[in-house]
Amino acid sequence: MTDYNFAYLDEQTKRMIRRAILKGLAVPGYQVPFASREMPMPYGWGTGGVQVSAAVMTTDDQFKVIDQGADDTTNAVSIRSFFERTAGVATTTQTAEATVIQTRHRIPERDLTEGQILVYQVPIPEPLRFLEPRESETRKMHSLEEYGLMHVKLYEDISRHGHIATSYAYPVKVEGRYVMDPSPIPKFDNPKLSDCPAIQLFGAGREQRIYALPPYTQVVSLDFEDHPFVASKADHPCGLCGAEDSYLDEVIIDDAGGRMFVCSDTDYCTARQADGFKGKDAA
Amino acid sequence: MTDTALLSVRGVTKRYGAHIGCADVSFDLYPGEVMGIVGESGSGKSTLLNCMAGHLEPDAGAVVFDTAVDGPRDTLLMSEPERRMLSRTDWAFVHQHARDGLRMGVSAGGNVGERLMAVGARHYGDIRGSAIDWLGRVEINEARVDDRPTTFSGGMQQRLQIARNLVTGPRLVFMDEPTGGLDVSVQARLLDMIRSLVRDMGLSAIIVTHDLAVVRLLADRLMVMKSGHVVEAGLTDQVLDDPKHAYTQLLVSSILQV
Ligand SMILES: Nc1ncnc2c1ncn2[C@@H]1O[C@H](COP(=O)(O)OP(=O)(O)OP(=O)(O)O)[C@@H](O)[C@H]1O
Ligand SMILES: [Mg+2]
Repeated sequence: MTDYNFAYLDEQTKRMIRRAILKGLAVPGYQVPFASREMPMPYGWGTGGVQVSAAVMTTDDQFKVIDQGADDTTNAVSIRSFFERTAGVATTTQTAEATVIQTRHRIPERDLTEGQILVYQVPIPEPLRFLEPRESETRKMHSLEEYGLMHVKLYEDISRHGHIATSYAYPVKVEGRYVMDPSPIPKFDNPKLSDCPAIQLFGAGREQRIYALPPYTQVVSLDFEDHPFVASKADHPCGLCGAEDSYLDEVIIDDAGGRMFVCSDTDYCTARQADGFKGKDAA
Repeated sequence: MTDTALLSVRGVTKRYGAHIGCADVSFDLYPGEVMGIVGESGSGKSTLLNCMAGHLEPDAGAVVFDTAVDGPRDTLLMSEPERRMLSRTDWAFVHQHARDGLRMGVSAGGNVGERLMAVGARHYGDIRGSAIDWLGRVEINEARVDDRPTTFSGGMQQRLQIARNLVTGPRLVFMDEPTGGLDVSVQARLLDMIRSLVRDMGLSAIIVTHDLAVVRLLADRLMVMKSGHVVEAGLTDQVLDDPKHAYTQLLVSSILQV
């Protein structure tokens, strides 16, 4: 640990990132450029999130990392151990205990609280890119609030599939102003973005952008009057803990094509099982 | 015609370095009028049109538009957001090459619906209804509403571009060689369609072309450009039948076969 500055990044760099974070918090949903640093992991492995986590982390923090809801995937384990080594922080898998949570693709099921920071790993921060690849043009569209194109994307979805088929990275409007990509979380999680007591920070390493939602920010999912937004999920209870309100992964359980639905949030599921809840597939 | 010009152009000048794009152009366009701009290649037609439509910033001059809310205003002095708002509400621009004016990765319906959504339409069924209605008006089969323009012929793409531009009921349409690059029979059909739309909607339009047959068919008035300058202007029939300027005489005698 003595080989590194606390949390790997030098203080100068952390200050630069904190300035970007503060600017992001001051202008919710606005993408702030920052000078992304080389991290000892490839792009696409959460370098943006890691830099944001490093910039906000203190010695007192309890750090949690989830990848698609799970604490035990290779990616989550390696980021957690990275900060154990470089910052010596305590780590936890319990959402309630954690003060800083870095996540890829999920928002924890358990309600977040004031004082917590949720750090998202973001691959593509620009929600307008799908239809307008020119960066100069998308910047202008954001500054002039020209967001008709976002609805063109949803229109195309409905015309092709009969309903809005976008099921993750579902675009939102922040405080009636900026349209934002919430990172590839399932749209089931979108309602949790809004009015959330925790600070939410978004880091895109390769694209060098940071954006943020301060606590209790209003976040609305875009839709049409006759095709309203629906936070859908698989229509099953969790096979292990029986939860009916949590986002589920479908897992194959045997060679005969047997499958079951289980909570993608492993902490949530484990805690419920410990409290005695049982799903139909529980041993 | 009312007394207030819809568009008043005064002394518009655009240089490319030492080279003149267009110089000291002035004219008025009244509501419901179609103005044709003709001239040989390089005479400054597109430069002038782009200066008027806000795509190019002229070095000098004024482009005063009679806005619906505030009356006549110099669009060159407007803020960029105001000008961009104008370009997706009261104004429309039809490019020579349809692919410059269409989103090739978006369905025909999405292309037509974009301007509606840009001004706040949020009802999918209504947007789609308008798109289908407009496809009909430009003679594109409703069954193609979900197809991308890449699967359309050149003439269809151009008609789609026109539908996409007219769906929000603009008050002024700029067109740069709307029939250029299409083969003759396709051109004739497109011209016919533009003529009916202009007449039925009472559109005001400025049409750039180097085809005198196009202006004969569409334009009430005509400006002839040469080397960036307007050398002659007047009612279309007068200018074409009785050209005063030597250059116009040459143009008419060499090109116009009516
Ligand atoms: N971006 C540019 N940079 C430098 N010169 C330019 C530029 N665009 C146009 N010009 C020059 O300005 C003059 C007017 O060009 P413009 O494109 O307006 O003519 P045009 O009448 O539209 O011609 P065409 O019929 O070929 O479309 C020409 O001499 C042209 O070479
Ligand atoms: Mg031209």
